[in-house]
Amino acid sequence: MLASISTFALEGVRSHPVTVEVDVRRGLPAFTLVGLPDRAVRESRERVRAAVQNSGLEFPLMRITVNLAPAHVRKAGPGFDLAIAVGVLVASRQVRPESLDSTALCGELSLSGELRSVRGALAAALGARDLALGRLIVPPGNGGEAALVAGVEVIGARSLGEIAGVLRGEQMPVPATPETGDPDPRGGPDLLDVRGQEDAKRALEIAAAGGHNLLMVGPPGVGKTMLARRLPGLLPPPDLEEALEITQMHSAAGLAAGRLIRDRPFRAPHHTISAQGLVGGGAVPRPGEITLAHRGVLFLDELPEFGRSALDALRQPLEEGRVEIMRGQRTLEFPANAILVAACNRCPCGRPADSCRCGANERDRYLRRLSGPLLDRLDLVCDVRPVPPVQLVDEEPSGPPSAIVRERVAAARERQRARLAGTPARCNGDMDGRLTRLTVSLRPEVATGLTRGRESGALSGRGHDRVLRVARTIADLAARGDVASEDVDEALSYRFDGWERMAA
Amino acid sequence: MSGACERCLRRARLIAQLAPRITGMLARGRRVPGLLALSEQDLIAAAGGRHKDLVRERLASFDPDAERRDLEAAGVWAVCRHGPAYPAQLLDLPDPPAALFGIGAPELLELVADGPAVAVVGTRRPSPYGTEVAYALGRGLGAAGVPVVSGLALGIDATAHRGCLDGHGAPLAVLARGPEYAYPRRHRKLHEQVSQQGAVVSELPPGTAAERWSFPARNRIMAGLARLTLVVEAADPSGSLITAEFARDLGRGVAAVPGRVTARMAEGTNGLLRDGAVPVTSTEDVLDELYGVGMRPPPPGGTRPAPPAEAGMRLVLDAVEAGSSVDEIVARTRASASEVRVALARLEADGHVVRGALGGWERAAM
Ligand SMILES: Nc1ncnc2c1ncn2[C@@H]1O[C@H](COP(=O)(O)OP(=O)(O)O)[C@@H](O)[C@H]1O
Ligand SMILES: [Mg+2]
Repeated sequence: MLASISTFALEGVRSHPVTVEVDVRRGLPAFTLVGLPDRAVRESRERVRAAVQNSGLEFPLMRITVNLAPAHVRKAGPGFDLAIAVGVLVASRQVRPESLDSTALCGELSLSGELRSVRGALAAALGARDLALGRLIVPPGNGGEAALVAGVEVIGARSLGEIAGVLRGEQMPVPATPETGDPDPRGGPDLLDVRGQEDAKRALEIAAAGGHNLLMVGPPGVGKTMLARRLPGLLPPPDLEEALEITQMHSAAGLAAGRLIRDRPFRAPHHTISAQGLVGGGAVPRPGEITLAHRGVLFLDELPEFGRSALDALRQPLEEGRVEIMRGQRTLEFPANAILVAACNRCPCGRPADSCRCGANERDRYLRRLSGPLLDRLDLVCDVRPVPPVQLVDEEPSGPPSAIVRERVAAARERQRARLAGTPARCNGDMDGRLTRLTVSLRPEVATGLTRGRESGALSGRGHDRVLRVARTIADLAARGDVASEDVDEALSYRFDGWERMAA
Repeated sequence: MSGACERCLRRARLIAQLAPRITGMLARGRRVPGLLALSEQDLIAAAGGRHKDLVRERLASFDPDAERRDLEAAGVWAVCRHGPAYPAQLLDLPDPPAALFGIGAPELLELVADGPAVAVVGTRRPSPYGTEVAYALGRGLGAAGVPVVSGLALGIDATAHRGCLDGHGAPLAVLARGPEYAYPRRHRKLHEQVSQQGAVVSELPPGTAAERWSFPARNRIMAGLARLTLVVEAADPSGSLITAEFARDLGRGVAAVPGRVTARMAEGTNGLLRDGAVPVTSTEDVLDELYGVGMRPPPPGGTRPAPPAEAGMRLVLDAVEAGSSVDEIVARTRASASEVRVALARLEADGHVVRGALGGWERAAM
């Protein structure tokens, strides 16, 4: 008899529907698997055989052929075990096929028949919803995450035996409840901890309000890392849709812990990371750090120390908010809409100017690694200098706490959302050049500020749109409908187009 | 363009021919004081080695018209010491170059002849401090309309010229090889920018490669062209000190930027100061030295921006001059960081401040 079971293959961060066809007929006992399976999938024959037998079920001593369709989708990992095992049960008439109507299954089996969690259960649930499959059976560790998707009944089953019982109607299914998690009750580190640094705090606020990328330049120990860590706390908490996206990315990487992630991610990969680690990819494509930072913050400390190929790989995602990975004929897409915060020294040794011993060549090389298209995407460049020691120990905290800034940011973002409704952009930093020019128009007397910036050499042609975006955000923070000349001037002051000159 | 006479072109060609041999002589430890001052025949006798006859033969068959055609094809102009366009102050040298070959604006030589020019030289491996100062001085002098003479070498030389370019000034580069070819190669773009906004010259005709001796020889030309030779960071001994020595021998001014007493790159400059060089801490110091304290030339082209009318802006400007960060200005003026940045952007647009190091600001030198 032929059985046909619905399951999902994880492709990057999204799921792709896969049908597991199992044919069982008389002949020499054999168990073959076709349809582009990888090694882990081929090994699932051994797990399925043992799991079926150890669950008090019968493994037919017949000729079993399993086909994973469509054949062109690459199937990787152990997540097909459950669908194959249930397919064998149906084809050998131990479970009735009707019991699997509009049901999909995902899960890895242990030899004893227990179910183990898989990556990408949330993506599978989203796939089930899109195909109008009413029911999804997953391992218990994935239930809370998969149940976040409305419109799909999710069952978290502990073992193959339990599933067989449910499908035979001998046992009541236990529906999984959505694990909506809680936002970090401490709310992350607070801006109040940072003494002084008014200028950098303002830059952080603008970055948060408009989703702009920020570069902090300064010697070690001035608080660059400290400031960067406080950026997620300046952003409004993710709404449900964003939280689902964040969870989906982490789930695909096996980092979701089976529940909704309610905090903005902060990812700070070390500078030795590969291009693939940063933007994703690999034989079985996995999301990279920038995708794990989606809707949050990607912090690259010691930016010039990152490998050339890693920095180059960042360019497209920074521009488009997504990563594209070519897989044969197909293109996978990873969402990658994060705020980039980068930090660097002025020279390789990082000492203050009067005790630095770096040669012109070394400094040249250090800065040259940064130059070019990547720097172009850093809208806000901020010089961070040491706070005088007295201020560090004596003074009362200055400036507002994160909660106050977060409110201002939320109000500014609300304005952007209203203005950008119906476009793919959520905030000013998402706008491409065309959208920028469509939505940000300057009164003539304000536009002259930009022209003067270009004439004085402060602004390159490329920087023009970026300054417009930042100026729009500054106006949004001030609740101004029209961009005023002070908005343009302040935005100009953050733009730094003198890289080539710096590498003197 | 006035061009160069046959005699001078021929002499330049002879030196170019002998250039590798002169290096060989110096390498064998022979010193040739005044070699470049010798007559053609004495030069051949001194440096011709075994090939004296061949060199004489070539000299005899020198074709000035072919040489001029070659120059034109290479886009190179030439002036010689018998022509009006030759900067007369070079004649103070015991061994003035017969001709100067150049690309870019030949009028710049007149400007250098008429008004004071400043040679800014220094180490190839400057500290960030040296880089910052060289850039600021180059930019300040450029903006004040004072031609900046330098050698296009790595480090201070190049940085001073970058500053001069950014200050919309007139850079004059003197090369130790033919002027048409960017040397070092890393400065291709700078070479091009200098030749577009100023000029690049050399006593060696196009196609001549640099030799070890041609660097000190070039230094004498820089010292000879400039009213004042300004050294920004130099070790001792170093090429920059040789330039300063030429300047001193010519009775020209020598100035130096003080450095940290513990820094090797300040040994040369601090030594110059100890020997009586003019200490320079700002463009103002240089202009005081050139024109007299407080005296200034009429502004080149446009006018100096009037000081900002608004008191708040003046406060910010003063703070920038004192080297303050945005935060320090915030603390002093009680304005917000945002207001200070708006003020800075406006001061920049009006030409009062420029962006210095990454993300920082400084007073525009005027
Ligand atoms: N402005 C500041 N206010 C309070 N603490 C600071 C400040 N700047 C630095 N620190 C202290 O110094 C430590 C090092 O700062 P860090 O953020 O790591 O500097 P950087 O990343 O620039 O090297 C911080 O953990 C903090 O304890
Ligand atoms: Mg740090």
